[in-house]
Amino acid sequence: MPDPEQIAIDVRGAVKRYGDFVALKTISLSIMDNEFFTLLGPSGCGKTTLLRMIAGFEDVTEGAIYLFDEEIETLPPNKRPVNTVFQNYALFPHMTVLDNVAFGLEMRGASRPEARTRAAEMLELVQLGAFAARKPAQLSGGQQQRVALARALAPRPKVLLLDEPLSALDLKLRKAMQLELKHLQRETGITFIFVTHDQEEALTMSDRIAVMSAGELQQLGSPSDIYERPANMFVADFIGETNLLDVSVDRVDADGATCHLGGGHVLRGVAGDGVQAGAQVHLSIRPERLFMSETPVAADGLRGQVRENIFVGTDITTIVQLDDGPDFVVRTSNSDRGNKRIFDPGTAVFVNMEQGAARLLTG
Amino acid sequence: MKGPFDLRSYTGFRAITVLCLIVLYAPLIVVTVYSFNASQSLTNWEGLSLRWYADVFTGPESGKFKIAARNSFVIALIAASVATAIATLAATGMVRGGRFRGRALSFGLISLPIMVPEIVLAVATLIFFNAIGFDRGLLTILLAHIAFCIPFAYLPISARMQGIEDSYEQAAMDLYATRRQAFTRILLPLMMPGIISGFLLAFIVSLDDFIITNFVKGAGVETLPTAIFGSVKQGIKPNIMAISTLLLAVSVVMVTLSYLVGKSDNTK
Repeated sequence: MPDPEQIAIDVRGAVKRYGDFVALKTISLSIMDNEFFTLLGPSGCGKTTLLRMIAGFEDVTEGAIYLFDEEIETLPPNKRPVNTVFQNYALFPHMTVLDNVAFGLEMRGASRPEARTRAAEMLELVQLGAFAARKPAQLSGGQQQRVALARALAPRPKVLLLDEPLSALDLKLRKAMQLELKHLQRETGITFIFVTHDQEEALTMSDRIAVMSAGELQQLGSPSDIYERPANMFVADFIGETNLLDVSVDRVDADGATCHLGGGHVLRGVAGDGVQAGAQVHLSIRPERLFMSETPVAADGLRGQVRENIFVGTDITTIVQLDDGPDFVVRTSNSDRGNKRIFDPGTAVFVNMEQGAARLLTG
Repeated sequence: MKGPFDLRSYTGFRAITVLCLIVLYAPLIVVTVYSFNASQSLTNWEGLSLRWYADVFTGPESGKFKIAARNSFVIALIAASVATAIATLAATGMVRGGRFRGRALSFGLISLPIMVPEIVLAVATLIFFNAIGFDRGLLTILLAHIAFCIPFAYLPISARMQGIEDSYEQAAMDLYATRRQAFTRILLPLMMPGIISGFLLAFIVSLDDFIITNFVKGAGVETLPTAIFGSVKQGIKPNIMAISTLLLAVSVVMVTLSYLVGKSDNTK
């Protein structure tokens, strides 16, 4: 039975070097049993390398990887009870869909009828029972993706690894598959490790997210931790949209810090680690945590002028230029129009921050 | 594709095409047609007949041709099989071996014999067998054929293999297959069209070879091409046309098969 207190994959000080190039700098993280865990980062950040090290396709230069307390980093891929859904699916093109799904079971020693029975069950689970006799090339991208999923889940791996499995699907199908994957993970109780560069996908599906960049772990936390409380500039910028401003810290006190921008604007934000009076730091605030008013609502209202309103379906994005200062992006949800006002371009307004929404980051 | 850049719009396109086709195929057509001639003469047409085909199988030279034909087919079969096996392993090593020093050089060395003038290969092989004191006979022909068949088998196999992503084998090993199982269950079936194509090509190259065979064969040992040549030296008789047409037919069938198999796809 899955035990949420138990560690499924424990990466201990893993390093990956190719010659002089360091693909992964010392990474340690623990992935819990029955968790939907996402490795998120831009291409080249080392997320796929880490996944392939867990699968056994890349050796570990230094450090160790444990799977339920068993050290696995020296085992070949076929000796590791983890399965992978590949980015291009890698379905065996000369075999039928059913034989593809039965392959792992047969290799593990199941008899052919036994393997086929279980494979047929797996195909039912992903709603492809009717396609068992087809070759992979006769299926659509979304169907191939489900076959890849069924094939990887059929041998009941302890951990399922997914290498950007949704990147080849169109937006609508991707959204549907996101929900289905999440559902499948709950149903099977198997730990999923999901690799993606799509932050929205990561936020939607994950229990926890590890944000990576340049071979380093930037932040590890729940989707809301990472979105609301980014640990550094990279995370703030990479996850969602944000206003990033260079500010000088005037005073640090118990519930935050007061700082100023050029143009005499004074702001308050929640201080991250290492924020001290006199320091030059970055202030990050999400566009949806800002609102506009004709008169300042609080002492830290910022005076500016509306430049442009952009209608983007569910929201209206407003660009406000602060007097003698930078631009702010303010997002107002259409469902929030009762409380928040939209002003015409050219109107002088005050930009206000929601309490505790601005964060000061040192790097 | 019709348009201003249509090749067919150039002056003389049709004439040149026809000329090329005539130069290439007229001799073959003449031989094929006259192999059905009822006349003793090579050039006078006296009506349709299969007498020269009968002569090939039952005439005074039929014994010699039968032995030569058997030698040719046995050598072609063994040489093509061995060369294909070696070429398959070579292609696996070259395409799946990752980057290693001398990879480009290895590829060049494998395919070079196709470009080297055959007479040079023939002389070199003869000198080699002499130098090591190897008595010439059927075995020397076989060894020489295996050697020069390898590049012909290698090319279609490696071309096929380059089109197979290595993620298939990774997926197989991820699904608990050993390295050997990944090779036999996944890679080999996917390579099979290339392997069959390579085998057929090697077979036909071996069957048709004259120059190298003529150099390394022992006295009294003949393959079909050397037997035909020996017979022609005593004057061309119409039975030579019949036997040439038969050989041509075998070649056409094999090359067509090789082409079809090479294009075939076991993934549909």
